Amino acid sequence: MITLNHYLLASALLFAIGLMGIMTRRNVIMILLCIEIMFNAANLAFIAYARALGDLGGQIMVFFIIIVAAAEVTVGLAIAILLSRQLKTLNADEISFLKW
Amino acid sequence: MMLEAVFFYTFTSTMIFAALLVVFSRQPVYSVLSLLVVMFCLSALFIMLGAFFMAALQILLYAGAVLVLFLFVMMLLNLQPEALARMRVFTLRTVGTAGAAVWCALMWKLFVSTHPANPLSQIPPPAGLVEPIGRLLFTRYLLPFELVSFIILAAIIGAVTLGKQERSSK
Repeated sequence: MITLNHYLLASALLFAIGLMGIMTRRNVIMILLCIEIMFNAANLAFIAYARALGDLGGQIMVFFIIIVAAAEVTVGLAIAILLSRQLKTLNADEISFLKW
Repeated sequence: MMLEAVFFYTFTSTMIFAALLVVFSRQPVYSVLSLLVVMFCLSALFIMLGAFFMAALQILLYAGAVLVLFLFVMMLLNLQPEALARMRVFTLRTVGTAGAAVWCALMWKLFVSTHPANPLSQIPPPAGLVEPIGRLLFTRYLLPFELVSFIILAAIIGAVTLGKQERSSK
């Protein structure tokens, strides 16, 4: 018997893995990849609720999330290219010029 | 009924395993390819949940566009495998894993306590096909649908500006 809880748990696990990646990886591009995992965990929860409540609104929300994620990746990767050209590094620990 | 459980556990375990590979593999290209596996398993789960259009979009947009973009940037930058001081890796990994484990345990408690367990197969699925979703997008969700085009436009202009500024300043 697969219930809503199963899907929500899978989504929570995926989200936790993405969170763990953001905390452990230091490469900017790897952090972006882990953000993608977290976006997808949210998508899975939305679609599971759309199924359980019989409402298409959740699927529409996933549509918007996918578009926003694509926009985020475009700008994020452009910033990553700029960082690697100007600062010669992609290590998030070394990029600290906004701290002061 | 039985088949649903088999498919669910197969796809979910593959997905979780691939997601762990994304986080822990040292080679960035392997991470992206593992993320591809995550996307395909997710779209299989979407199909099981009756969201056929979203499953197609997931493969088209994520696997087709976003991950290819990631791969392009990685080839462009010629990334090396991460090399960090051993101590730093260890502390970060411990803190991150402990935090994620605590968070996961909390979620487990929350889900088990609040939701009554009724199987999804007893509920009629919403029709996640192109026509009903298109109808909703152009009626009830018309305003957000139009506004989201501004986000895309802003992202395109932002990316082009970021890429161009470098050349002129050099």
